[in-house]
Amino acid sequence: MRRRLGDSIFAFVVFLAAFAVIALMALMVYELLRQSLPSIEQFGARFLISREWDPVNNVYGALPYIYGTIVSSLLALLMAVPLSLGIAIFLSQFAPRWLRSPLGLLVDLLAAIPSVVYGLWGIFVLAPFLGKTIEPFLADHLGSIPVFRGPVYGVGLFAASVVLAIMITPTISAISREAMLNVSRDQKEAAQALGATPWETVRMSVLPLARPGIIGAVILGLGRALGETMAVTMLIGNVRQLNASIFAPAYSIASVIANEFAEVTEGPHMAALVEMALILLFITLLLNLLARLLVQRTGNRAARLKGRPFAKNRP
Amino acid sequence: MAGYIATNNLGASFGGVQAIENITFEIPANKVTAIIGPSGCGKSTFLRCLTRMHELVPGARISGEVVWDGKNIYASEMDATEVRRGIGMVFQKPNPFPLMSVADNVSAGLRLAAGRMSKARIAEIVERSLKLAALWDEVRNKLHKPGGSLSGGQQQRLCIARALAVQPDVILMDEPCSALDPASTQKIEDTIDKLKKSYTFVIVTHNMQQAARVSDFSGFMLSQEMGEPGRMIEYGPTNKIFTTPERKETENYITGRFG
Ligand SMILES: Nc1ncnc2c1ncn2[C@@H]1O[C@H](COP(=O)(O)OP(=O)(O)OP(=O)(O)O)[C@@H](O)[C@H]1O
Ligand SMILES: [Mg+2]
Repeated sequence: MRRRLGDSIFAFVVFLAAFAVIALMALMVYELLRQSLPSIEQFGARFLISREWDPVNNVYGALPYIYGTIVSSLLALLMAVPLSLGIAIFLSQFAPRWLRSPLGLLVDLLAAIPSVVYGLWGIFVLAPFLGKTIEPFLADHLGSIPVFRGPVYGVGLFAASVVLAIMITPTISAISREAMLNVSRDQKEAAQALGATPWETVRMSVLPLARPGIIGAVILGLGRALGETMAVTMLIGNVRQLNASIFAPAYSIASVIANEFAEVTEGPHMAALVEMALILLFITLLLNLLARLLVQRTGNRAARLKGRPFAKNRP
Repeated sequence: MAGYIATNNLGASFGGVQAIENITFEIPANKVTAIIGPSGCGKSTFLRCLTRMHELVPGARISGEVVWDGKNIYASEMDATEVRRGIGMVFQKPNPFPLMSVADNVSAGLRLAAGRMSKARIAEIVERSLKLAALWDEVRNKLHKPGGSLSGGQQQRLCIARALAVQPDVILMDEPCSALDPASTQKIEDTIDKLKKSYTFVIVTHNMQQAARVSDFSGFMLSQEMGEPGRMIEYGPTNKIFTTPERKETENYITGRFG
């Protein structure tokens, strides 16, 4: 009898916790919608495709910010994911045991550094370095591609992406490492007993089983990149423009909110900023969804390309 | 002679605790050798030492030698992956690749091996291996289903098929029939009987009748006391071990009067 009561209390508490998350999300969307309604009503879909942002005449468009946010985050993922998987595979499979804990701890600590510190380091060390070495090198050798064309400033979309990549690498590698460590020795031995090399064992046993964890890690990293404000604001250049070159300065949603929020309290400008927050929320949700789909699709395709001898519906 | 294995004063430990010790043993080619003995005496450990699996356990150590085809597999110039390819192993606990399809599970080793095989050839080997493992009839319609979706006994046979598919020189089986019904057990034993012309088998079993039925030679292992390392107490032709064993411990174990 007593256990029954305990169970129902427990079930109720757990339900309450789950419900609170949903309620919080709904409330947030509601508030954002309510406060941005003037802007949504005035500009409609034009808000998403317009490049104008003119507080004096109260005309607002979000495109350059959306572009900066998405491109910087995706570029960061492009750099951070291979690096993180490399770190995770090394730490979980290849590193000698005495090296595992200290190195793992170091990676975890990197994740805990405040973003303003990354931002400062980015401005004083990374951006000048990129502007003097890597960017000119890329511009010289790959300049025929518009993405790498144009003057280099150091500060800009590329510098912001690199710092973002450095910031999300600890997160992605720490979670991926956990997922890889959870693959049991049995499973690795299945491959090893067939004569798999260490790398083949990773490919055959470890990666497939760790995949859900890796996907989660990447999505978490992406979320952090999309919402990162401080370091991006310090490095992206804060220039509202659409430039094909990744070396050019740009702007991001989070940065413009942070930079302009203090100056306004109400009116159309405020509504426009709130709508930007709403857009950032939707971009995060949308990219998460896309990332999930993409990883699932490519995973299936990779399995098919391996040349399986049996077609799916062979009788 | 290929398939012939001899151990010389083989010992193995886990994190400083000796699990087996002083095992000098011969496994004749193209014969079935059974390893019997009470639980915890080191049968699995011994088997794993024969194909360089023991060293994969953190903190594990090995002493002595294992000579296969005239070469010590622990010699520094030997490649562990080559050894494992030549001496296949079926584990005590079934460990199919759970997300990989049944067919891909069976062909996993083939796809590792150097050189490309045609899809038709792979399909042919998959079918033959599954038939040998007495699993074909049950899975022929779900070859694309994940290996993890099979029953425990089916997974055990899937692992047998996976080991057979690469056609190793020696096949080590650690209680290959522990989860199987009598009919499947019978079929696995028939397969072993049929294949021993071209392979060498070592099987660990707790089933005395099975050891008596399928094996030509038997080795009895025992750890004399709790915590003592296991040793090979006696070995010889199966009919001798089972009818006129020389050691009292062997007789007690076989007649069920152990302990
Ligand atoms: N991974 C391990 N770490 C530490 N000790 C181990 C490990 N595996 C086995 N041992 C120890 O080594 C000894 C032999 O174990 P092993 O698994 O070889 O026995 P076994 O004869 O196969 O037993 P069973 O018949 O129950 O399968 C046991 O005392 C066991 O506790
Ligand atoms: Mg065992």
